[in-house]
Amino acid sequence: MNSPLLELKGLCSTVFSEDTDQQIPILKGVDLTINKGEIHVLMGVNGSGKSSLAHVLMGHPNHQITDGEARFDGTSIQDMEPDERARAGMFLAFQYPHAIGGLPVGTFLKAAVEARRSEEVPFRVFKRELDAALEKLGISKEFLGRSLNEGFSGGEKKRNEILQMHLLKPTLAMLDETDSGLDVDALKKVFHDVREYANQDNALLVITHYDRVLDYINPTHVHIMSDGRIVKSGGADLSKRIDEEGFEAVLGVEASV
Amino acid sequence: MSSEKTEVDFDVAEINKDYERLYGFHTNTDYLKNSKKGVSPDIIREISKIKNEPDWMLEFRLSSLEIFNSMPDPTWMDGSVFDEINYEDLYYYASAGDKKYNDWDDVPEDIKDTFERLGVPEAERKFLAGVSAQFESEVVYHHVQEELEKKGVIFLDFDTGVQKHGDLIRKYIGKLVPQGDNKFAALNSACWSGGSFVYIPPGVKVEIPLQAYFRINAESIGQFERTIIIADKGASVHYIEGCTAPTYSKTAFHTGVIELFAEEDAYLRYTTIQNWSTNVLNLVTQRAIAKKNATVEWMDGNLGAKTTMKYPAVYLAEPGARGRVVSIGYANKGQRQDAGAKMIHAAPHTTSSITAKSISHNGGRSSYRGLIKVNKGASHVKTDVECDALLLDDFSESDTYPTIDVRERKDVSVMHEATVGKVSDETIYYLRSRGIKEEDALLMVVNGFIQEFTRELPMEYAVELNRLIALEMEGSIG
Repeated sequence: MNSPLLELKGLCSTVFSEDTDQQIPILKGVDLTINKGEIHVLMGVNGSGKSSLAHVLMGHPNHQITDGEARFDGTSIQDMEPDERARAGMFLAFQYPHAIGGLPVGTFLKAAVEARRSEEVPFRVFKRELDAALEKLGISKEFLGRSLNEGFSGGEKKRNEILQMHLLKPTLAMLDETDSGLDVDALKKVFHDVREYANQDNALLVITHYDRVLDYINPTHVHIMSDGRIVKSGGADLSKRIDEEGFEAVLGVEASV
Repeated sequence: MSSEKTEVDFDVAEINKDYERLYGFHTNTDYLKNSKKGVSPDIIREISKIKNEPDWMLEFRLSSLEIFNSMPDPTWMDGSVFDEINYEDLYYYASAGDKKYNDWDDVPEDIKDTFERLGVPEAERKFLAGVSAQFESEVVYHHVQEELEKKGVIFLDFDTGVQKHGDLIRKYIGKLVPQGDNKFAALNSACWSGGSFVYIPPGVKVEIPLQAYFRINAESIGQFERTIIIADKGASVHYIEGCTAPTYSKTAFHTGVIELFAEEDAYLRYTTIQNWSTNVLNLVTQRAIAKKNATVEWMDGNLGAKTTMKYPAVYLAEPGARGRVVSIGYANKGQRQDAGAKMIHAAPHTTSSITAKSISHNGGRSSYRGLIKVNKGASHVKTDVECDALLLDDFSESDTYPTIDVRERKDVSVMHEATVGKVSDETIYYLRSRGIKEEDALLMVVNGFIQEFTRELPMEYAVELNRLIALEMEGSIG
C-alpha cells in the first residue's frame, strides 16, 4: 500500500522567540494524514497554531520539531532543509511573502523552477510554461519585470504565490491564509486558480481563519485546530456547522465529549 | 611575464639597481621615506625617451615628479594605508613587448588566454567596438572599428594619443586633475603609462560602448593609467573599462587619473568594474566636467584590491548640467572599499544623483565618502544621495562620511538617505521554500541589492559581474 503524502503523528514543536530568547511550545501533538487527491482545510482561531504548523512543515529556521513524526512521501522531513523539502514537492504560499528588491519576478521564477527540478531549464522551455501559466491565471507579462513582492498590493502578492504554485507543481501545496487581505473579487479569482491546480496527483492544505474560503473550494476534509492540536476533523459538513454555529460552539461540543 | 628582449623592452630591475648604485638610498624628507629609489628624474627621462615623447610631456612629467616629492600623504584617511606603499619596490614602466596588435590573430597565445578568461573575444564579437588592452603597462591590442574612424572618433591608447594628437592632449591634460591635486595624481602625472585617449567630434553619437581592458600581470608593477575622454558638443559616448589581476606576492599599486570632458549637450558615461587582486592598492582620481545641458555618468564597480580609494566627481559647470554616479563596492576579507562620489554644483539649474551600494563580508570594510557642494549662486539645484550598505555577517563593517556643503539657499533641494541592513533569515527562508539552495538564495538577494548598478551594464558585463559576485561569495555559507 502506498504511504500517505503527508503523515503527522503526535507532532510537537517550539518556536524561538527573539524577544525572550526562549523556545515557546506551539504544536502539542498534531495528528494528520493527507493523501493525494484530497483538499484539506485547516481552521481555527488566531494563535491556535495553524500557520506554525505550515512553517514547521516547510522548515522555518525558528521552528523546531521537538517530538512526534512528520513524514512526507514516506520520508521523515525532520532533518531536511527547507529547500530539500521544496524540491521533494512541498510548497507553502506565504501569508506575508517577502520582498526582495532588485530581483525580477521572472528571474526568480526561472531559478525556482530550475531548483525544483534540479536541472537547468532552457529559456525557451521555461518561457513556454511561463506564458501558459500567465495566460491561465490572467497575469500580465509586465509583472515579470517587477522586483519580487516589492510594492505589490496584497492581491498581487497572493496571485504571485499562486503563480509559483502552478509553475513549481508541488505535490503538497500549503496555503497560509491566502484569503487574508483580499477583497471578494480577488478572493474569488485566487481561489478559482487554486481549485484549478488541485488534481488527483496532488493535495492541498488550505489554512484559513474565515470560512468564506469554503464558498470557493470544495474540501474533502476540514480540521479545526486549537491550542496546538487538531481538535476536530470532519468533512465539508463540519465547515457548515462552523458557519452556522461558530467556532466556539462547535469546539465547545467537542470539548465536552 | 615575457622574458623576450627587444630594443624597446628594457629590464626595469636593472634600472632600479643602477639607480641605487648611482644615487644610493636617500631620505630627504620625513614623510617620503624610500621614495627616491624607484622613481627619479632619470627614470622619468628614460620612460619619456623610450616613448619618444615631445618635450612638453617630459616637462609635464618632471614637474609632476617634483610636486610628488614635495607632497605628504593624504591625512584624512587612516595613514597606515599609505605605509604599505613601498615606492622603491615598484616598477614604473614595464613592457610586454614592442608590438601593438591591431588584429586579434596577432596577439600572443598567453595574452589571448588571459583575454579568453576575461571573456574579451565574446565581448568583441558582440560589440566589435574596439578593444584597447593594457598589459604590463603596454597597450598590446588595440582595434578601432572603421565606422568610428569614419565618424572622426579618436580612440587610442594614451601614448599614441600623445604622438598623434599632442596638441589636443596638451590642451586638456591636468585641467580637471591638476598635477598637484593629490599626491597620487602627481605620481601618475610623472610616470603615467597607458590608458586611453578618446575624442568624439561634435554631434557624433557612438552607439556601441567603447571598451578597454587592462591588467597588471607582473609582480609589483605599478600601473599608472591616464585617460582623457572628450565628448564635444552634442556628442554621445559610453566608455567601458574593466580590469582583473592575478594574485601575486608583493603589494602592487595602481593609481590612475581619469579626466572626462562633456561639452554642451554632450552625453558621456564611464563604466568601470575593477577586480584587482587583493594585494593591490587602488587609488584613482576620476573627475569630470559637464557643460551646458551636458550629462556625465560614472558607473563604478569595485570588487577587488586590498584598499580602494575612489571618488568619481562631476563638476557641474553650466546650467542644465547633470551628474550621476552609481557605484557598488564589495569588501571581502582583508579588503577596504573606500568609495563614494563628489558633485560640485557650480551653476544654477544643475542636478545630480548618487547611488552607492556596498556589501561587506568576512570582516571586510566598506565606506561611503561623498561630497555634495552647492556654490553660492547655484540656485535651482536638485541633488539626491542614496547610500545603502549590506552586511553579510556580524563582523564586517560599513560606514559613511557624507559632506554636504550648501552655500546657496534659493530653491536648492538636497536629499540624503542612508541605510544599513542585513539579509534576514526570513527572506532566505522564503527563497529556500521554493527549492533554492541557501547559497543561491543569498546570492539572489545580493544581486538584487546591486541591481541598480547591474542594469546599467551591457548584458555580458552584467553576467560577468554576477559571476564575480558569486565567486566572492563562494563558501560564504557555513
